[in-house]
Amino acid sequence: MSEFLQHLINMLVLGGTYALLGIGLTLIFGIMNVVNFTHGVLYTFGAYIMFIVVHQLGINFFLALPLAVVAGWLLGAAIELILLRPLRGSDIDTTMLVMIGAWIAMQSGALWIWGGVAKSVTTPFPEAPLVLGPVSVSWLRLFVLAAAAMLIVVTYLMINRTKLGCAMRATFQDHDTASLMGVNVDMIYTSTFAIGSSLAAAAGALLGPVYVIFPQMGDLAAVKAFAIVILGGLGNITGAVIGGFILALAEELGAGYVSSGYRDAMGFLIIIAVLIFKPTGLFARSERVG
Amino acid sequence: MRAGIAILTVLAFASVPLWLRDPYLMNALITTGIFIIGAMSLNLLLGFTGQLSLGHIAFFGIGAYVSALTSLGFDAGLPFGLRIVHEPWPPIVGFVLAIVIAGLCGYLVGLLSFRVRGAYFVIVTISFAEVVRLVALNWVELTQGPLALTNIPSITIGLPGLGDLTLRTKLQNYYLVLAVAVAAYVLIWRLVHSHFGRAMRGLMENETLAVSVGIDVTKTLTLAAVMSAGIAGAAGSLYAHYIRIIDPEVFAFINTVTMVIMVITGGKGSLAGPVVGGMIFGLLPVFLRPIMAPEAQWIAYGGVLIVILFVLPRGIVPSLAQRFTKRWSRAETAAPVAFSKRDAAKEHA
Repeated sequence: MSEFLQHLINMLVLGGTYALLGIGLTLIFGIMNVVNFTHGVLYTFGAYIMFIVVHQLGINFFLALPLAVVAGWLLGAAIELILLRPLRGSDIDTTMLVMIGAWIAMQSGALWIWGGVAKSVTTPFPEAPLVLGPVSVSWLRLFVLAAAAMLIVVTYLMINRTKLGCAMRATFQDHDTASLMGVNVDMIYTSTFAIGSSLAAAAGALLGPVYVIFPQMGDLAAVKAFAIVILGGLGNITGAVIGGFILALAEELGAGYVSSGYRDAMGFLIIIAVLIFKPTGLFARSERVG
Repeated sequence: MRAGIAILTVLAFASVPLWLRDPYLMNALITTGIFIIGAMSLNLLLGFTGQLSLGHIAFFGIGAYVSALTSLGFDAGLPFGLRIVHEPWPPIVGFVLAIVIAGLCGYLVGLLSFRVRGAYFVIVTISFAEVVRLVALNWVELTQGPLALTNIPSITIGLPGLGDLTLRTKLQNYYLVLAVAVAAYVLIWRLVHSHFGRAMRGLMENETLAVSVGIDVTKTLTLAAVMSAGIAGAAGSLYAHYIRIIDPEVFAFINTVTMVIMVITGGKGSLAGPVVGGMIFGLLPVFLRPIMAPEAQWIAYGGVLIVILFVLPRGIVPSLAQRFTKRWSRAETAAPVAFSKRDAAKEHA
């Protein structure tokens, strides 16, 4: 029983960052209809920003997170302006292949700049974990969970309470009509991609110190994000959050009770099962943002 | 005319070992040829049915593993205390089994995933390839996991009256790959010019219309997936018996991407496209190697893919074919340009 409780605690920590990854991707997928293969690279990028800020610039650990969010925002906006804006109106396969090209180039760039050796980030948290009866959790992981929860709430409020969020939801429902109502759709697309990218970078900056940082770390993260999006339904933020926790739970239980070698297979098996039995996602109401 | 060009091309490829003695280049040509066969099979799905399979390397890898395990033999445990023991069989049987089992996997994937289209189909195929990779990595008893299957025997062909011929040298493997590539090309050519091929194109261009004239969507797409997977399995088998060592890295996503780049560059939906694109991207590393670090090569790969999608979105072969046809039709008659351009580009492909 205590083992199961421990899995639940781990699930909460993992699920929070997975939810961040999923929200970013589901926004981009839902609003822009772009299958964003650079999402994993942005995750890697966020983790490396964390490493650079803490170790090479010697700035505070807690300041690194907002810096990673800003850097992810800028890189995302740049990708959108350079690669996606000229291709507006072309079919989904073309943009998908362009994103694949960008992913290969950027990941190899990371390998070139930082090398293939895995790096770890030292954190200001104590080594000893917090012990709560039968379960224990490290302070770092608690911080990760809290930060992820805060970012999720901020994103949710931004989509549902602000003017930008309202314009994003309108663009998702019908971009032609939104454009006629005076919404600057090009600007909405750029903002959406930038916000999604900054969330991916935040997830990388949070999970990077928990594990180790290496150039290919984003590949699995990207596929997991796809699994979460499919699970939660296209463009559905609440679905992405629940999907993130379901995937984390499946991974924890799969690793704990089946075989740790198949931990990462859980995401793929979930994708295949959902698409076979319920292709619209588990929580698809009417495919809407919010 | 086109038959003449095809025969000349095959003869040109067949003459290569006569004047090329460099073993490094021969090796590059053989692996390029194997990947071109894979790219041709991907083109059958991507170019003629419009379905982008980003897990195509799964069929290639399954073919490689099936062929290797058939010729090596194995002894693996199954659930419920069952054991499966297999004595080594000749590699040529492995080659046939690779095609059959990869085709069967294509059938299953097709059956399940053609219910979803577009982005979802892409993600299902990627997931399938990753699951297969993780199985190859973790089922150590069968596949040796990351330790790789080694000492895979070379293919032996029984020649009537001449006894057995084991294809060990690069020269022999080159001609083997060339023969399989030509066979695959002819097979795909026959297929896309058949009734079935027209059904596939009809589906790609206007699914609603195709269904209304009585084309069975699932049957057509699944059959295309089976053919495509079978050919990819054959390529995988050739790879296993040529390289003679395979590990789960054969399933790496980057290998699928390489095939996709070959097809897109050469021109999807054009029979010669994957061959042209494959020659360019298969041999590009050979020329980039002396001047660039491996990471920089991959950056160039990604960059070239993006540039081609921006500059030649339809690929090299269709763009060239269109240019020639335009010149020809202007000389002949100026009338039905819009129609003949589109039609001729396809016929030339």
